[in-house]
Amino acid sequence: MTRDAPESANLSGANDTPVAAKRLTLRNVAQMVVFALIIKPFMALFIGLRVRGREHLTQCGPFILVANHSSHLDTISLLSLFPLNRLRRVRPVAAADYFERNVFVSFMTRTLFNILPIARKNITPENNPLRRMREAIEAGDSIIIFPEGTRGSGSEMGEFRSGVAHLIAKVPGVPIVPAYLVNMGRSLPKGEFIPVPFFCEIRIGAPRLLQGSRQEITRLLETAVRELTDKTTQAAS
Amino acid sequence: MLISNISPMFQMGLLVLGVLVLASVAVAALQRARPKKDFSELSARVRAWWIMAAVFFAAIVVSNRLSLVFFALMSFWAMKEYVTLLKTRPADHRALVLTFLAIPIQYLWIGLNPPWYGMFIIFIPVYMMLALPARMVLSKETKGFVESASQIHWGLMIFVFGLSHMAYLLTSPTVGDSAANGRTLVLFLVFVVEMSDVLQYIWGKTLGRHKIIPTISPNKTWEGFIGGIASAMLLSLAIRFLTPFSIRETLLVSFLITVAGFCGGAVMSAVKRDFGVKDFGSFIPGHGGMLDRVDSLCYAAPVFFHYVRYFYIK
Repeated sequence: MTRDAPESANLSGANDTPVAAKRLTLRNVAQMVVFALIIKPFMALFIGLRVRGREHLTQCGPFILVANHSSHLDTISLLSLFPLNRLRRVRPVAAADYFERNVFVSFMTRTLFNILPIARKNITPENNPLRRMREAIEAGDSIIIFPEGTRGSGSEMGEFRSGVAHLIAKVPGVPIVPAYLVNMGRSLPKGEFIPVPFFCEIRIGAPRLLQGSRQEITRLLETAVRELTDKTTQAAS
Repeated sequence: MLISNISPMFQMGLLVLGVLVLASVAVAALQRARPKKDFSELSARVRAWWIMAAVFFAAIVVSNRLSLVFFALMSFWAMKEYVTLLKTRPADHRALVLTFLAIPIQYLWIGLNPPWYGMFIIFIPVYMMLALPARMVLSKETKGFVESASQIHWGLMIFVFGLSHMAYLLTSPTVGDSAANGRTLVLFLVFVVEMSDVLQYIWGKTLGRHKIIPTISPNKTWEGFIGGIASAMLLSLAIRFLTPFSIRETLLVSFLITVAGFCGGAVMSAVKRDFGVKDFGSFIPGHGGMLDRVDSLCYAAPVFFHYVRYFYIK
């Protein structure tokens, strides 16, 4: 049911129409400046972030990046992997009730991380999360999503929810990129505000297309991420 | 005054350059003599030595402040490698924040004008020893408490307190009545200890038969140990101009620091065994992590520092 892409270039088959150009807004520029001056140096020098499989991120068309979730560093470190000029086309899916809890947090997360806020409660046809994500992908953006639905303890990966499978079924030609994040939950666990500089690692798997029932797709997603846990679990400098 | 300060550093630079050229030529000759054998790791190591020597010279020569930043970063990176391999508990988070905060503070005492020796020498051994467990108590998790408290503080002692002795030594303006100063002494220490590491490796590779500590580090042999230390001691005589020592004293001091360096390497090998890793990281190509390179200095620096301080600095 899963098919591994021989080359990521072939994978964009379904969506190799050139991505619609997107105007650069002031917010995008602010995001680029903060990433260039603060976040990228922070990841390299403080966290000592190591990346395996970076080549799987080179394709330009929309993709869905799926990863385990244990820390606020997850989104930030994943975003830091992209070149500045692609940053505004990558949108982390984020719970509106948390990341838009007040005007300040909302402004910061929208500007710096370009989040795609989705509702977890009181869902109406207008704020339907699936619709929001689908619209973003159809507009040419890629999304980052954490199928566990919330940050886990960091030591054990939680069970994947079926939401992403709904989305994948709706946009069947969009490649899925699995990623496994190591030590982020140790560096900045839930409820803490100052990170400890444990070496962190991001392992990115080959892009793939997934087909099947929702249960099957969810299971395949979880396997794809879990496979990346196998390599030596210790992150290194 | 100017000449006596700059000239030994300059001579030392030439000497190191000569050693590096010799090493590069030797590796190239080896590869040519035995084309079937792969010497790529050895040549990666030599290349890394070129970069390390250049960075180290720059960090030492330019200014005291830059040297302090350099040594603080070295401690920071070493501590990162160590802590990442530890089995820390979620409850240790804030204590670890405090641990990393202690690194700039420790170097700050050295950077004060004049350096605050009293605080430098007790901040980590006394105040951090008391503060870390006290902070951990606030997290209310007792399981694994003693382990965490000991492991974290031990790391601070070796990788921050131990290494910071080099930085403190560096700030000494003059030593006794000689032309030597803190910088020339740090150069002496680092050159002798690192050369001893390399020479022990070479002697061990060529003549090594009898293992010293097979369960901890199977590559360490008596032949490497004795040959490496003896030849490093002889070599130290060539750079006696960096020190206030007599010939006999140079031999004694280089014996002390190379043996201390050997102990440091052996201790870090045991730590790696315990963690189940081969290297502490991959920061320096061919060498491993930062800790794989500074392991000997963690031990040699405090020994050398206190020798010099006791006999030469009032």
